[in-house]
Amino acid sequence: MREISYARAGMEAVTEEMNRDPKTIHLATDAPPAMVEEFGAARVRATPIAENAFSGIAIGAAGSGYRPIVNWSMVTFSFVAMDQIVNQASKIHYMFGGQQTFPIVFRSSVGGGTNLAAQHSQSPYSMFMNLAGLKMILPSTPYDMKGLLKSAIRDNNPVLSFESTRLMGVKGEVPEDDYTIPLGVADVKRTGSDITVVALAWLVHEALAAAEVMEKEGVSVEVVDPRTLYPMDNDTIRASVQKTGRLVIADEAGPTAGASAEIAALVTEDATTFAAMKAPLCRVCALQVPIPYSPGLEDHVFPNRHRIIAGIREVMSAG
Amino acid sequence: MSASPELQREMLRQMQTIRRFEERASDDYQSGAIYGVVHCYIGEEAVAVGVCSALKDGDQIISNHRGHGHCIAKGADLNRMMAELYGREDGFCKGKGGSMHIADFSIGMLGANGIVGGGLSIITGAGLAAQMDGDGGVAVGFFGDGASNAGSFHESLNIAASWKLPVIYVCEHNSWAANTAATMTHGAADVAGRAAGYGMPGIVVDGNDVVAVYDAATQAIARARAGEGPTLLECKTYRHRNHTERPGAVDPRPASEIAAWVARDPIPMLLEQLKQQQGQFSDAEFQAMDDEILAQIEASVAFAEASPFPAPESALDDVFAD
Repeated sequence: MREISYARAGMEAVTEEMNRDPKTIHLATDAPPAMVEEFGAARVRATPIAENAFSGIAIGAAGSGYRPIVNWSMVTFSFVAMDQIVNQASKIHYMFGGQQTFPIVFRSSVGGGTNLAAQHSQSPYSMFMNLAGLKMILPSTPYDMKGLLKSAIRDNNPVLSFESTRLMGVKGEVPEDDYTIPLGVADVKRTGSDITVVALAWLVHEALAAAEVMEKEGVSVEVVDPRTLYPMDNDTIRASVQKTGRLVIADEAGPTAGASAEIAALVTEDATTFAAMKAPLCRVCALQVPIPYSPGLEDHVFPNRHRIIAGIREVMSAG
Repeated sequence: MSASPELQREMLRQMQTIRRFEERASDDYQSGAIYGVVHCYIGEEAVAVGVCSALKDGDQIISNHRGHGHCIAKGADLNRMMAELYGREDGFCKGKGGSMHIADFSIGMLGANGIVGGGLSIITGAGLAAQMDGDGGVAVGFFGDGASNAGSFHESLNIAASWKLPVIYVCEHNSWAANTAATMTHGAADVAGRAAGYGMPGIVVDGNDVVAVYDAATQAIARARAGEGPTLLECKTYRHRNHTERPGAVDPRPASEIAAWVARDPIPMLLEQLKQQQGQFSDAEFQAMDDEILAQIEASVAFAEASPFPAPESALDDVFAD
């Protein structure tokens, strides 16, 4: 099968869906020339650097029969549009009693590892998970990116697509044919029997590398990738922990009230899963600081395969 | 072409309907049948009615926190409006929105909004959709002088002008942003003056003169339908009531200012105009019109009271669309 990059997979998902549905439109602060050529300047809009307005414009267009794809570029810029995301998009279907649907995708990159310092190295998805009314995807492979993003574009709700900065150039197998991956379905990226690592985005790859190392030490690691943060696939995560009895959660965001905290809660509040646990779980997350610039500082703050290995060893030794 | 006598009578009927609806909403809020908060549109009726009378079916509007008047002017059913205020199952939002989120998407009323300035970009998006549909539809955003100081106002008007979107931005300049005077927050007396900076016409009109509003809106709408882009239409008006109907809230506005504007109440002003047009209207006819309106309001309350409260577990419905 052909291999394409994570970034390319995202682009293919957008262009294929724009071909599939003439009601899709694209809003971003720059209009990719190839897309303008293919779909025209009416559907591929270069906006002013005014995230609040173009995010709201997407809501209005969605409520009027269009299917906007907004690219904030970096998640940093979503904060400029926070009123439109939090007060409007997440609530607009509910507070008007479901009178109208608002199919919108908001794309943005998350995570660090590229020395972009505090503002441009954020992973704030849990802020949005805490709202009701937004779906969100966080793909870890080109295959997942394309399949999930297509589902997001076809979904009749606002969907946030969080895309890992570190993975943009990573290649993987992606079929030529049309396919989708349903939202809310986790993927077991590696099966194992001794311990579960639930990892997000880039850390899925780090967890797989850690699993290779641990296998040589006789520890069988299962790696679960939720892929969708809302709705979260509780069943797959719980089933894995019920099987292995041990859990490490790896996330590029800080731990406090993060997706990792949500995963920890959904595992431990389930009686069957809790009863199957042989040791306390361990979270391997970024340190709870803004992300620093200098390479040594940044490396110190982010989790990686070595810290996942340390976490696995800690849990294995605890029971 | 200005409003015919027939249209003026219809506008009078709509303005009086808003007036009576708001009076009842306030009463029922005070008595506890309506919850949360109510912002009355009394005194500003000529703006919503003048603008919406110039619209066609299929055109879209968005409102702010003071949304009942816009909803009625766009043609929403009073029964379902009152049921929503009463928090009932048959309300437009099935009891999930209330006064501040009153909406009827089926007639192009995209909702009241609790965030000042929050609807401006959304209606700009509706304008984008209308432009792309290419069938001459327009979008109208109603907002106050307070919202004109929010970033969303600047961002939205700039984009609408850049893209020549068919949007009419209707500033209901009532001189008070909640409890703060516009004189303390605006460097210029007219919001419309800002339009030049965006590259669109900015027009100031007497917002208590419904015919003047209608005429100005008609021109702006024609311009938008012709693909010539947006207009900022500033309507000078005043709310007779305090910012909200909350009991005990202090009204900071000078009594003399309120009195001066009440003396220019848009409803008697229009009634007087109609009476002066020989043979067009009489006090008796107005009385009959008002009786009819009061009966409609009474019926809407009966409808609301008869509608059940939503089942508590329906709180879980409609978070997501299918």
